[in-house]
Amino acid sequence: MRGHGRGHAPARVALVWLGPALLLIVGVVIFPAIELVRASFNEYSITGLRRGAAGWRNYANVLHHPDLVTVLTNTAVWVVSVVLLTVLISLAVAQFLSKEFFGRRLVRWAIIVPWAASLVITARLFTLIYDYNYGILNSFLVRLHIVDQPIDFLGDDRWTMPSMVAVGVFVSIPFTAYVFLAGLSAIPDDVYEAARIDGARPWQIYTRITLPLLRPAILVATVLNLIYVFNSFPIVYTLNERNPGFIHDTTITFAYKLAFKSAEKDVGMSAAAGVFNVLLILVVVLLYLRVAKPQKEI
Amino acid sequence: MATAATTAPARAARPSASGWRRARRFVLPLGGLCLVVVFLGPYVVMLLDALRSRGDVLQSPATFFPRDWQFSTFGTVLSDTRFLNWLKTSVLVATTSTAIVMLVAVPAAYFTARIRFPGRVAFLFLVLVTQMFSPTSLVVGLYRQFFEANLVNTYLSIILTNSAFNLAFAIWILHGFFSTIPEEVEEAAHLDGCSRFGTLWRIMLPLTRPGLVTAVIFTFIATWNEYVVALTLMQDEAKKPLTVGINSYVTGYQQSWDQLFAAALIAIVPVVLLFAVIEKHLVGGLTAGSIK
Repeated sequence: MRGHGRGHAPARVALVWLGPALLLIVGVVIFPAIELVRASFNEYSITGLRRGAAGWRNYANVLHHPDLVTVLTNTAVWVVSVVLLTVLISLAVAQFLSKEFFGRRLVRWAIIVPWAASLVITARLFTLIYDYNYGILNSFLVRLHIVDQPIDFLGDDRWTMPSMVAVGVFVSIPFTAYVFLAGLSAIPDDVYEAARIDGARPWQIYTRITLPLLRPAILVATVLNLIYVFNSFPIVYTLNERNPGFIHDTTITFAYKLAFKSAEKDVGMSAAAGVFNVLLILVVVLLYLRVAKPQKEI
Repeated sequence: MATAATTAPARAARPSASGWRRARRFVLPLGGLCLVVVFLGPYVVMLLDALRSRGDVLQSPATFFPRDWQFSTFGTVLSDTRFLNWLKTSVLVATTSTAIVMLVAVPAAYFTARIRFPGRVAFLFLVLVTQMFSPTSLVVGLYRQFFEANLVNTYLSIILTNSAFNLAFAIWILHGFFSTIPEEVEEAAHLDGCSRFGTLWRIMLPLTRPGLVTAVIFTFIATWNEYVVALTLMQDEAKKPLTVGINSYVTGYQQSWDQLFAAALIAIVPVVLLFAVIEKHLVGGLTAGSIK
């Protein structure tokens, strides 16, 4: 609804207020995006000098890459499992943290730490925790007789993805739980009161009242997590560092390695993969929004 | 339920509820303790690894407590000029980027929340789309652009990148905040002869403090922890930020996990303190900003 006091302004006044933002967005987001597309149609030498037009060859090279299917599967597994687990666990954590209890403040502070620590640092830390020889996790598991032999979390192909997902969920919970906590605190107490007087059971209250009212928060958290997790670089890159090739890479680390780490250092092909990445996340988010149908307009 | 005799469901729940009330005094803090162990555990391991000698970290099997305590590592790191350079870069980049983001986002968010103008929806859509772009997927484009502009290896390049990619979230959060403030508040100021800028500065900003705090914190954390762009654009050892720089403590040639973790902890502390101070505003900030 339009308030009676809301002003109107011509485009040139708007430009004064929005100009700096537009400058930054166009100059450092849109322009590099165009540069990325341009690079994807060119061929570059290993040192990064342009050698000539490549047409659609870079795109064809990406589509015919022998590891493409593996990388796409990894991305799907990575994004879906991290986002799903994060949202589910965060719902429980937020519900728990919305209750009054002794030491709640301390718990809320503790949860902030994985959020505040940089992802590279946390990823680096987990390479040591997971380590086959020197890792504390294996030391615990062996001593408690849960396993007989240490597990090669980051080397054994069956364990690499689950180990990465665990770290991904671990670092995504704090932010998500806080978004849900904010959502829960916005639900007025009298709604619960009314339900209780009507004789609703706790589980009914949760599924019929809390969850529907939390819907906008869940939507926001899911969209942001989809974007963050899809674009997440440090965890996959760091935990996967010792594995050769692209066996456990997602599309993001795949594109990066093509330009900066692989033997061929193919900037053009990496740019093509980057274009695919941008399109992929756009499609995923739009699809999700289509399915989830937010009621809120911008 | 054990009390099937009572008919009113509200009353039926009561006996077990009072039992639960007594139990929750112990159960809830215990559950809280479990959460603390899970979320803090890895960082406790990190602290204990920073307090071991280099050889102790790489001894099998790993022990929880150091076999060989060594408290000098923090001093070593703090007097390492490389570390101090990385720290300087991180502080410089994070504070400058955060300042730029706020200076640019506040007017944009306020204007789009309050004023109708041609292109408003297009602008908001542009902001929404940039939220989906990450520096990681555009890194080749960013590199090409800064390479051609001769800005590789400059603070400016990563400051600009950090500012641009965090703008969307700040505008989005602040936009939500400005929209929730009743317009009558502003009208009163207008009638008193306040200009639009004066209204924003003197009336609106103080009212949206939780939103500002949230936006500042998010931007600061994101820039403080940025990795990929700095990894790609900053090749000069002295100009790297902490996130990139401290990795040289553990390479194929040198494995100083103790120093890596001591440096990492020093990098985490300011952020956690900042967070703890504003924790209360944070919940309020997220509520009004994103979930109306």
